[in-house]
Amino acid sequence: MKYAYYPGCTLKSYADNLESSVLAVAEKLGIQMEELPHWTCCGTVFSQADDDLVHQIAPLRILLDAQKVGAKKLLVVCSMCYNTLKQASLLFEKKPDKLETLNLFLDDEDDYLGEVEVVHFLQVLRDEVGIEEIAKQVVRPLTGLNVAPYYGCLLLRPQEVAFDEPERPTVIEEILVALGAEAIMDPLKVECCGSYQTVNNKEIIADRTRTIINSARSRGAEMIALDCPLCDFNLDFRQKESEKKYTDFFTMPILYYTQLMALAMGINGDIYGFDKHYVDPRPLLKEYELI
Amino acid sequence: MKIMEKNSSATEKEMKEKKPAEVEQAFISVYIMGKEHRVPFGLTIMKAMEYAGYRFVRGAGCRAGFCGACATIYRMKGDYKLETALACQTTALDGMYLTQIPFMPANKSVYDIEKLNPDINSILHLYPEIARCVSCNMCTRSCPQDLEVMDYIQAALRGDTEEAARLSFDCIQCGLCTVRCMAEISHYHVGQLARRLYGKYYSPTPRHLTERLEEMDEGKYDEAMDELVVMDKENLKKKYWKRDMEVK
Repeated sequence: MKYAYYPGCTLKSYADNLESSVLAVAEKLGIQMEELPHWTCCGTVFSQADDDLVHQIAPLRILLDAQKVGAKKLLVVCSMCYNTLKQASLLFEKKPDKLETLNLFLDDEDDYLGEVEVVHFLQVLRDEVGIEEIAKQVVRPLTGLNVAPYYGCLLLRPQEVAFDEPERPTVIEEILVALGAEAIMDPLKVECCGSYQTVNNKEIIADRTRTIINSARSRGAEMIALDCPLCDFNLDFRQKESEKKYTDFFTMPILYYTQLMALAMGINGDIYGFDKHYVDPRPLLKEYELI
Repeated sequence: MKIMEKNSSATEKEMKEKKPAEVEQAFISVYIMGKEHRVPFGLTIMKAMEYAGYRFVRGAGCRAGFCGACATIYRMKGDYKLETALACQTTALDGMYLTQIPFMPANKSVYDIEKLNPDINSILHLYPEIARCVSCNMCTRSCPQDLEVMDYIQAALRGDTEEAARLSFDCIQCGLCTVRCMAEISHYHVGQLARRLYGKYYSPTPRHLTERLEEMDEGKYDEAMDELVVMDKENLKKKYWKRDMEVK
């Protein structure tokens, strides 16, 4: 399994522990990820305005970068990048006239032919590697660890980009069960984390984070496993604001599902970045003798 | 996708193929502020403008392609494309519509490099408009130094100061990228900030420089310097030509 891989800005800065754990897990599972030799910002947020073509240039450029290396599929890890690139690729597929306008604008650069398929890492794990194969690689089962999966919105909405049931996704649960953990069912797993409101209105995030974490805890969860770097920032770092605002609020560790996969697969090395979390997950992981 | 071929290349080729014996002096038409001027072929844009009677007060500096003062925007007659060039480095061609950009009123942040706290958001804090980049690549297309301008803005955007400094290293601050940017980004000032941050906080301190500065502080060169200050011109020249040269 060989994929052209688009990391995006966040995986090279704030969420470098997501990237390092993804790469370690991929290596273990035989997924070859070759980073695009040239890439820029994905465009961050797909523009919904029908006539706002200029904001489709950024995602077009990434798809073009993938086309240049002969990739049929482009593997994306960050959910924001996935959502933007997937929506853009579908737009170019459905509206060839818009693609032509953009190709004309790109002038003497190559034309994008509209053939690159954008896939998410979770999709590859489920459909290409297979949940059973993941279970086979587990050497240190996460027995007894109660984990609530959290999907947020970008993997599932709009429906066209969803690779799982948008209202009741299960892919992270399936992986957690394969790792030997207890997957806690929580209806708020597809709730919005508050997204970019985090920049100018921390209060909103403090409230949402508290609601989501309390809901997970009331169902027996000890930690939340998620995929999206923005959800991670909101659910983890904004717990500081939740703590300030609500004296009855107790923090909960938030991890990327790939960090748990790496732990269960017995991967050692400097790939976890547990010190990069606001809520330190190490005491809990020690309790279960996972680190 | 190319919509139209440029018609200038043929003219240039024809001009070059004509031998001096066949033609006494080929003349071309350039348009300055829209007005046609007949100038000899073979001059740079800068010299062609001077031939036409213009005098450069601003917009000319080193005349050697290093200072970035002579930013020029031009269009070839019959083409729709606006092109960019340095007036001192580009041959004037027949049918060029020219204008100079002696000064670009680009946004420039004021900061004290000593007091900056370098992290992945340092550049974004001082130049938040870089987040408006839509990857159109006009900056790269307009750069007379052939730098990957969009790529260094993108590197700055994701907090990769070192890469932004590396990619912008040969920038001569002409400002042509900024003239063409739909997001109003001051690329050349962003690149300069990246290089300053890199030089100040990221690059390793050179040991020989540190040692030399210490020697200077200790007064090791004071006597030699005093000698130079009072030396007459002739001896100064002799000393200069006799100095230790770097090994080639």
